[in-house]
Amino acid sequence: MNGSANALSARFRHRYPAFSLDVDVRLPMRGVTALFGPSGSGKTTLLRLIAGLEKAADGQLTVGDAVWQDAGTFMPPHERPLGYVFQDARLFPHLDVRRNLEYGLQRIPAAARQVSLDEVVELLGIGPLMQRKPERLSGGERQRVAIARALAVSPRLLLLDEPLAALDQARKQEVLPYLERLHDSLEIPVLYVSHAIEEVARLADHLLLLEAGQVVAAGAPAELMARVDLPLAQGNEAGALIEATVSGHDEAYQLTEVTFSGGRLSLARQAAAIGQRVRVRVLARDVSLTLAPQTGTSIINILPARVVSIATTSPGQSVIGLDLGGTAVLARVTHKSVAALGLKPGLDVHAQIKGVAILK
Amino acid sequence: MSDAANLTAILLTVKLATVVTILLLLIGTPIAWWLAHTRSWLKPPIEAIVALPIVLPPSVLGFYLLVAMGPNGPVGQFTQSLGLGTLPFTFTGLVVASLFYSLPFVVQPIQNAFAAINPGLLEAAATLRARPWDRFFTVALPLARPGFITATVLGFAHTVGEFGVVLMVGGNIPGQTRVVSVQIYDHVEAMEYGLAHELALILMGFSFVTLLVLYAFNRRVVAFGS
Repeated sequence: MNGSANALSARFRHRYPAFSLDVDVRLPMRGVTALFGPSGSGKTTLLRLIAGLEKAADGQLTVGDAVWQDAGTFMPPHERPLGYVFQDARLFPHLDVRRNLEYGLQRIPAAARQVSLDEVVELLGIGPLMQRKPERLSGGERQRVAIARALAVSPRLLLLDEPLAALDQARKQEVLPYLERLHDSLEIPVLYVSHAIEEVARLADHLLLLEAGQVVAAGAPAELMARVDLPLAQGNEAGALIEATVSGHDEAYQLTEVTFSGGRLSLARQAAAIGQRVRVRVLARDVSLTLAPQTGTSIINILPARVVSIATTSPGQSVIGLDLGGTAVLARVTHKSVAALGLKPGLDVHAQIKGVAILK
Repeated sequence: MSDAANLTAILLTVKLATVVTILLLLIGTPIAWWLAHTRSWLKPPIEAIVALPIVLPPSVLGFYLLVAMGPNGPVGQFTQSLGLGTLPFTFTGLVVASLFYSLPFVVQPIQNAFAAINPGLLEAAATLRARPWDRFFTVALPLARPGFITATVLGFAHTVGEFGVVLMVGGNIPGQTRVVSVQIYDHVEAMEYGLAHELALILMGFSFVTLLVLYAFNRRVVAFGS
């Protein structure tokens, strides 16, 4: 396989009134790539530059074999074979749902149609909404229609700009399963802008961290989330992402057991089948450390670990990078505990894991 | 004077207002689009020029147009060089004058309607493969429809209601430039109050019904939009 045919390489340099963007990235053209960073980090700007909705003074963009922008070329957005979902849906208010979906579909040549309208409608579960005007849709329904409309043009690349950010928690949970279905059933590469770590943990195969218009790090989500030197490890939501397999159910205690390279974890009974691959999230604040394995504790997940790295996150607080049989996990402890336990890289400890969340 | 003269005046007025409204929609739409989207320093002066007829006495506007279109004016010299003669005291001259006179009543509602459209919708259309003209016709125009209806009604009604500019530029030629408002003036001068009443009532009724329909329509649009 030719590497460049399956990659998106983007180099943009542009000064905006509030900040300047300077990125040079190579992203895989498969799976979901999350562009993650705080507000104002330039992630939406990067997505708009890729779509051609904005034009960088100095830019170079190659998608697969096609040059979308370089010194002498600027392909306008309507010629780029992409789908774009905006944070605010942007459905056409004068058209009903069906005609919103058909808008893009009618503008691509029949030969380029890889998905039918029926398939898209089925995938997003919007069949009953077809005759409605956008003003009569809920926020979650609007976003699902917007995703369907973008898919209906059979894009080679799907760009999602914080599609869940404008929704409340309940609506987010309504739309997220559809995004996961998309991920599982379509071959289309997705760039997903988000500032919600939970969405990234659930959906992303590849992660690009942005801050102040610069790329801080890029790589596998599990790898980046476990690095103590990145801003991801700083916040309250910092935690590791573990790829695991469902290995058993304990009906008596209503528990499910998952196995990963570092051992086994028990969590509340899940509906998952044995053998199913799952993503498990362990927050740094839910992991504590002991030098010897504890008995007489209510914590049921205690696994041997080795300290790999230590970084200070806030006054009096440290985040510890741990290796659990090849899987990276973070623990948040106080400076006082670091001193009391003599924590340093290479030390063998036991990780007590209080909370485990299964993502899918 | 007779009812036949009144009818001639009415038909001429309708013809004038129709021609002027159609031309103004064609001329006013690009101006309105430009004004709604430009960040150029030229925007305030152009807006002021477009709005001038609202505040200017019609006689002032008529006077300048008469001079410009007359045999020694720049427009007059141009039309003469084309072998068209001069425009004052012709139906064409009246159309040209009315275009200036009614321009703000067409441009402003369309400009406001364009400015109220979320530019994000045009971006969304672009990502759905619509070219710029396609986006204009399939997104911008339908969403600006209430503005176009207001512009059409006001442009037509305002042209029907003009008097001062007609008198300055058009004079008073039956079947050519003698519109309803001028005909009423003639009737009054000639003490034919009955015939004046007839036309005045028609104009009054027309204007009231037009505005009534317009305001009722706009209320419905606002109620739906909110």
